[in-house]
Order: sequence, then C-alpha cells, then structure tokens
Amino acid sequence: MDDLLSEFLTETSESLDVVDVELVRFESCPDDKATLNNIFRLVHTIKGTCGFIGLPRLESLAHAGETLLGKFRDGALDVTPEAVTLILASIDRIKSILAHLGDTQAEPAGDDRDLIAQLEDAAEGGLQSKLPPPVVTKIEAPIATTASDQGDENGRWDADQGRYLRPGEVSLADLEAAFRTADGPEVREAKPAAAVMDHDEDRKAGPGASTIRVNVDVLESMMTMVSELVLTRNQLMQMLRATSDSEFKTPLQRLSGITAELQDCVMKTRMQPIGSAWKKLPRIVRDAGQDLAKKIDLVMEGEATELDRQVLELIKDPLTHMIRNSCDHGVEGPAARAAAGKSENGTIKLHAYHEGGHIIIEVSDDGAGLNTDRIRAKALEKNVIDAAEAMSMTDAQIHRLIFAPGFSTAAKVTNISGRGVGMDVVKTNVELIGGTIDLKSRQGAGTTFIIKIPLTLAIISALIVGVGEHRFAMPQLSVLELVRAGKRCEHKIEQINSTRVLRLRDRLLPLVALSDVLNLIDDRGEPDHACIVVMQVGDTRFGLIVDEVFDTEEIVVKPLAKRLGAMCQYSGATILGDGAVIMILDPNGVSKSLAGAERAISRASDEAAAAAAAAAKGEGDRMSLLLFAAGSAKPRACPLSLVTRLEELDATTFEMTSRGHVVQYRGRLMPLAAAGGSIRREGKQPVLVFSQGDSVIGLAVDTILDIVEDRLDIQLNDTAPGILGTAVLKGRSTEVMDVGYFLGQADPAWAASAAQLETRRARKRVLLVDAHPFFRNMLAPMVTAAGYDVTVASDLQEARGRLAQDAAFDVVLADADVTSPDSLAEVSSARIVPLSSRRDTEAVPKSDRHALLDAIERAIRIGEAA
Amino acid sequence: MTAQEFVTFRICDQMFGVSVYEIHDVFRPAAMTPVPLSGPEIAGVLNLRGRIVTAIDARSRLGLPPSTKSKTCQRLAIGVERYGESFGLIIDEIGEVVRLQESELEQNPVNLDATWSGVSRGVYRLEDRLLVIMDIDRMLAGAGAEDAAAAA
Repeated sequence: MDDLLSEFLTETSESLDVVDVELVRFESCPDDKATLNNIFRLVHTIKGTCGFIGLPRLESLAHAGETLLGKFRDGALDVTPEAVTLILASIDRIKSILAHLGDTQAEPAGDDRDLIAQLEDAAEGGLQSKLPPPVVTKIEAPIATTASDQGDENGRWDADQGRYLRPGEVSLADLEAAFRTADGPEVREAKPAAAVMDHDEDRKAGPGASTIRVNVDVLESMMTMVSELVLTRNQLMQMLRATSDSEFKTPLQRLSGITAELQDCVMKTRMQPIGSAWKKLPRIVRDAGQDLAKKIDLVMEGEATELDRQVLELIKDPLTHMIRNSCDHGVEGPAARAAAGKSENGTIKLHAYHEGGHIIIEVSDDGAGLNTDRIRAKALEKNVIDAAEAMSMTDAQIHRLIFAPGFSTAAKVTNISGRGVGMDVVKTNVELIGGTIDLKSRQGAGTTFIIKIPLTLAIISALIVGVGEHRFAMPQLSVLELVRAGKRCEHKIEQINSTRVLRLRDRLLPLVALSDVLNLIDDRGEPDHACIVVMQVGDTRFGLIVDEVFDTEEIVVKPLAKRLGAMCQYSGATILGDGAVIMILDPNGVSKSLAGAERAISRASDEAAAAAAAAAKGEGDRMSLLLFAAGSAKPRACPLSLVTRLEELDATTFEMTSRGHVVQYRGRLMPLAAAGGSIRREGKQPVLVFSQGDSVIGLAVDTILDIVEDRLDIQLNDTAPGILGTAVLKGRSTEVMDVGYFLGQADPAWAASAAQLETRRARKRVLLVDAHPFFRNMLAPMVTAAGYDVTVASDLQEARGRLAQDAAFDVVLADADVTSPDSLAEVSSARIVPLSSRRDTEAVPKSDRHALLDAIERAIRIGEAA
Repeated sequence: MTAQEFVTFRICDQMFGVSVYEIHDVFRPAAMTPVPLSGPEIAGVLNLRGRIVTAIDARSRLGLPPSTKSKTCQRLAIGVERYGESFGLIIDEIGEVVRLQESELEQNPVNLDATWSGVSRGVYRLEDRLLVIMDIDRMLAGAGAEDAAAAA
C-alpha cells in the first residue's frame, strides 16, 4: 500500500477514536471549550488530509461535520444529543469508508448525501427550531458577507471548482476577493487553511517527539528471541551449579543479570495501559443508553494499569460485550430505577488493578441484579440443567449458569444483546488466555463481574510436578495450596465408594490422581505418601494427586502442535532449564476429569453437571437415584429428583423441641427426621433436604454414598413401613425409600402446609393412572404434597370407572404406556397430561418433579380458561 | 524431462524417499518427552535447538511392529517444517540422495494397504528394490486422514 495512504489510515483511525471519546464527554458538559476545540481540530485535520491526498468523499463528509462543529464552537448552536448522534453517525461512516480504503485502497462507490444533508440541516439550525437562526459572528467583513450570502442561496455554483459550494464553504473567487481587500496579516486569521497549519505545527511540537512507531511483528520476534535467551541462560546456570568452581561463574552471573533486565525491557514494550482497550466504551455506553432510553454513566478507574498488548487485544471484545450486557440487562430504565428508589442515572463502573502478578478487571453496575428464578427457569427450559440440579444449586451457582453455552435471559432480543451467544463466549475468551471470570450479584443492588487475567501470556509462573517418570507444569494461577498426605502425615486420603477425598479444614475435597487423568499406568500400588495440589477452576475446588512437587519456574509457553492441540488436558509445552520439554497441564481440562459421582459431596463443577445431564438425556428410561446408608446395612435409595438439596449440618446446632429435632436452616426452622438410624449429637450430620412451598424438612441419614443413573426395577415389594421395595442398584440390593412416609411422620405440618397451599388454589382433583406400583407410590405423595387431591387408578378400566363415577377431576395424569389421551377424553372433560418414564418422548417425564408439577399447573390454567 | 532429488531412508525393511526440498534436517532424537493420552504414533515432544518438535513414530504410523532397538534415541529422525510447526519423523536408517525422473514414477499398486497408499505418492522401480515416495503431509496428519481422503 502507498506509504502516504497507510500513514493516513493509521493516523486518522487514531484521531477518530479520540473524537469518539471526546464527543461523548463534550455532550455531557457542552461548556467545555477545550474539548470542543480538540474535536474541531481533529476533524479539521482529517478533512485537510483527505483533500490533500484526494479522497473527495471523505473530505465532503468531514467538511459537513466540521461545519456543524464550527457552529457549536462559535456558540451559534446549542449542543443537543441529536446533533451529537448525527456527528457520531458521520464518524461511523468515515470509519467504514476508511475500512474500505484499507482493504481496496480506493474509496467505496456511492455518496453520503443523506448524512451531509442532515448535517447541513443541523448546521442551519434544523434540529433546533425554537432557537433563533444562527448568526455568524467575529468574522472579517468580506467573509461575513460570503457567509450570509450563502445562507440565502444555499449551494451556489462555483465556476472555479466546477461544483456547487457546500454550506460554509467559500468560493475561490470570494477568497481571492478577500485577499485583495483585506490587509496582509488579517487574511491569515480569516483563512481556515492557515489555521490548520498552525494546529498541525502545535501538535508536532508536542510530546510526540519522544515516541516512535514500531511494527508489532518486530516486538513479537524480539519477545521470542528474549524468551530463547532466558532459556539458554537457565540452561547455563544449571550447568554452572553442577560445577563447584568455574572461571565462567562471574561472567555468567553478569549475563544472567543482563538477560533479566533485557527481559523486563522487552516485556515493557509489550505493555499498554488498559485504558486503550476502554477507549471505545464511552461511545458504546452512550449509544446503548440512547437506544434503550436509559441514562447510564460510565465510570472508569485504573485506566493506567498496564498489561501485555496481546492480552489487551484478547480482552477487548469480551469487555465490550460485558459492557453492552450491563447496559442492556443490568441497568434498569429511569422509571424502574425511580420506582426502586435509585437515582435515574445508572452507573457502570470499570475498575482495573494489579493483584499478585495478575490483573483484575471488575465490571459492575448498580442495576437490578440477576433474577435467580428466571435464570433457573430458563436453564431448565434450555436443558442446561435438570430439575434435580436446579433445586440443589445455590444462588451463586445458578447465577453462574449465565456462562453456560446458548444461555440468554433477556426476555426480548434487543439490538444490543440477547442473541444467546453472550457470556459463554466471554467466559471462553477469558479462559483462553488463562484467566477466570466470576460474578457477584445482589437482587436490586447490581451485578459485579470479576475477571482475573495474567499480565502476560508469553511467560507464566508454573509449578513443576512429577508423576512416575513424567514431569508436568501447572500454571500457578489455579494452584491454591499444596498439601502433603500420607500414612504418617496429618492429612490422609480417604475413600468413599472408591472415590478419593481429603478432609481439609472441615471441608471434603474431592481428589483425582493425575496418573488417572492422563491414563498413566501406575503399577507401584498405593504409595506411602503423595502431594496434593489444591486447585481452583471456576468455582470448582479439587485436589490433584501427584507423586512429587519440584519447584516453581518461570516458563515460556509454547503452543502445541495442532496434532496435540486437540487434547484438552494440555495448554502448551515448555522447555525447562535442563533442556527437557514438558507439557503444561490445562487446569480446565484436568477438572473435567472429575467424575460425576463426586458432585454429591462437592457440588463440583458446572461442567461435570452438564456432562452428567447430557448423559442422562441420552440414557432413556434411566433415572438418577441417590444412594445412602441409614440404619441398616443395606444401602437405601430415593429418586434424586425428590431431593432439593444435600447438606452436611453441624450436629451441635440441632435442638430438641416437643415435636422432635429441629435445626435452623437458611433463616428458618427445619424439622429433622431420621431415615432409619439415629440423629447424631455431634460432628457432621448428612441431611437430605426436601422442600415444598414454603416449608422445608430434613431427613438425616448416616452417609451419602453415591448418585447412580440406573433403571429402577423394584423386584420385591416390601411391607415394612417407609420402604417401597427392594431393587438391585449397582449390583447390590437396595431398599427404595418411601420418602413421603418419613416426612409425614416427622412433620405433621407437612400435611398442614399442603392444606395451606390448598386454600390458595381451591383444591384441585387429580386422577393418576399408572400401572406400575412404584410410580403410583412415588407420584401420588408428591402430587398430594403439592396441594392436589389425588385419586389413584392402576389401569384404564379403573380410570374409566373413576371418571364415570365422578366427573369432577381437573387433571388426569396418565402413563402414556397404559393409555392414549384419546381413550379417556371421551369419558371426561378433564385435561389429560401424558406421563412417561422415559425422557425422550413428548410426555412429561415422571422423574422430573418440577416439570410434572408445572404440567399440572398449566393443564389447570388451560382448563379454567376454557 | 524433469528430474527430482530424493532423500532415501529405511523404515523396517522398506526404502522410502522424500523430496530433498521437504526435509529440513536429520537429527538424532534425544531426551524425548512422551505425551500421555496422545495417539500411538506420537512418539513424544523434544527440544531441538530451542524449538519444540513433535516426534512421529513412522513405524507406528505405518502399522509396523515397534523397533527392536530399545530406545528411540538410537534411531534417527527427519526434521520437517509444516504449518509453522516442527515435526520429526522417526525412521530406522537414513540412506542417500538419488536423482530420479518424474516420468518414471509409477502409481501405487491397487492392492496396497489403505494406510500405505494413503501416504504414498507412487513407487519407483530401482534396480535392486522398490522406493516408495512418501507424502509427508499425509504422514504428519493423523491416521484416519486417508479415510477422509478416500471419501473426498
């Protein structure tokens, strides 16, 4: 490309970025003459340069914009948001022309008459009808005449230039006349071109002289070479350490020092203040505010915080996206804000700061906060989680679902966001550069996103660990602590159903062996001791068992060959000081190896949950069952979907009342029932929490064993109270619990609260038709508990009989295997909800409590409407 | 008549040839780091003068039995630069450079094993033996690439 043109493109796009920012600032304080002058000068320079290198389309557009700005500067027009929008629009047009210019080295075809006409109209006061017509002041006599002439006959023909004049433009003839009539020095003041030169000279004499432009590629290759130098230095130093006395010692140490300094210097050339990534944001916030009719202020703190250019580039897009999101979903409209007792202007705050080798960027808004219920409902609807998970997740975990792929809670798709590729892309991008993202949200008070990213990507601090013969590097960022475990140590690795866990400060930490993750053959049996690297990935905390931990080293990350890149366990490779190549483990990939079973104890990762859910979907008629021990030696089971949460509560907080054990749980009293064994007096008591409406109830068990996905096939029907029957699960005979029995025993209020619900929704009658006794026994209490009057029928015959006797059923829940909806429709007017034990049909799955109750509710609503 | 120069090398009992322009260097792979979970033909990664080289085991790639030599470092590797990455193809023995006429290249025999015909551009009939001209790109792409090629 032409040198002149490429120089022009670089300079102009930089100027335009500045104009964007300045204009937004100018709009908020129109009295700031310095800002306006700056904008004017920049636009003027662009116009001048365009004319100089022959870009007529750009020139005329810039000219029209400049004319309008000139009116502002002279005080002839008041600054209005409309006018600023117009100028911003023309800047955007200039940018798009520039982009085309950069690609093809020619201006695109077409013209900008539409914009120019608007700009001219605005310059003539078209946007401000109630203001007096503009009066041009302080202009030398001959020019003033021209200007007023022009006001009368807009667009005079100029024979010298062979085209119509633009408003505010002076014909060459007039200019000549001005030269002739005016005295020498005054002409200079009156002539805009002269002013341009002055300004240009001012600028060049500025601080620009001490900086030069350097091609980024040069910096990149410098960085690569310094990285190699560091490695070679490390290698030499290692050799030096091996020999006790060497004449190379002193010069090598000097070399080492200089290398370190050189590395620092080169790193500095890559550093840029984060403010440069924020330049576009004020404009985005302003435009979004206009589009959405919201008033939003953007506050930026810590713009000077420096980080690696490469990281900066990669963080730009995610940040822009997050700011857009905050404008759209975070900050409420003025009316809603006023109603909530907040000031009409919402605030989005960007805050960047250094913290231990990382940079933290916080994006916070003082908007409505995340709507937990809506996210949960949406996640269920989009099958991101299943009902059991939805109930067992904490609010914070629910909030993090917005990072799940294809998730968007925006009720309406707006111009700005809400297309469903949102936060998951942000999360992926942040994780790609070894960063983490988290959020805090308070209903009504706002949301804060916290991004933690490394300062640089090229060199990271890593922990070198060993398994057998192999060595691996772990990025220090995700390592929380190291724990030594073994027979003679304070910490011991314990097992739950062959899943390894570690007690760490009153928490159970799920463990996974690196040798298992990487499928290394481990024939040495259980070692005497092991090191556990405690890692945090997202909100998952787990321990990685390794044989040895060597030391930490600054390593230069080298990308993996594409052949190896497909493996999620590695993020790259590096060369150690001794010249050996080792693989860098990717904490995200490693965390995926945590088995789904560990969720029961740790509520581990969202990813694991998603994977399990995906597995469940593909499995047809299997269901998730919670296995636990209570009282007897036989394991017991209940459908996981009935359980709201799994808790480990401190037994010393349990209190005795006349009605039995209670415990304070989430701000209310929860009655406790024992599922066979006894309730502990001290230590941790595992509790299954069931909830219904406003009331909760806890079922104390001895230990939670596992969650299994299996087909539930009750083989022996038991007559013992509280037991539905015995089934074979995971090769062991397991007693399937009648949860309703225990709950009813523990808390008479359970039934009472159902009665409460009843008063709210005049008790509806439900007929349940299911041939399978297990489902009858499972579903009937569940539906009853939700406040319905349930009648049970075991086959079609019986159902017809019931309906014939008594037509007053509101809803019929019918197993799709037993009956087709049509066969009952002729008998009764009740709405029929087909049920299925499989998940892959259109019928409501029986194991999904949430969906089932939802379906009943919906059927009743439709029935009432009809 | 255009002639081309080929570097010949031996894998098991078979002679192969690769255009001299495709070969970057020949080196003795030392201190190879195995990569757990990678495919069987990935012998590991190693440090070659500050570059990380992905070593491909030619025997494994071609479905041949592992070398009787206990250590790979006693063998040789052909260094290839592809897509900005460095690869090392581990072979048994390096041969010589031969100059051959392009017109004499014969098509793969139709009954050649799919894995082999996938990585072979053709065969030269030398006086005492056959020389298989290796397609380095296909060789470096994973096994299964020839299935894709066959489908295309």
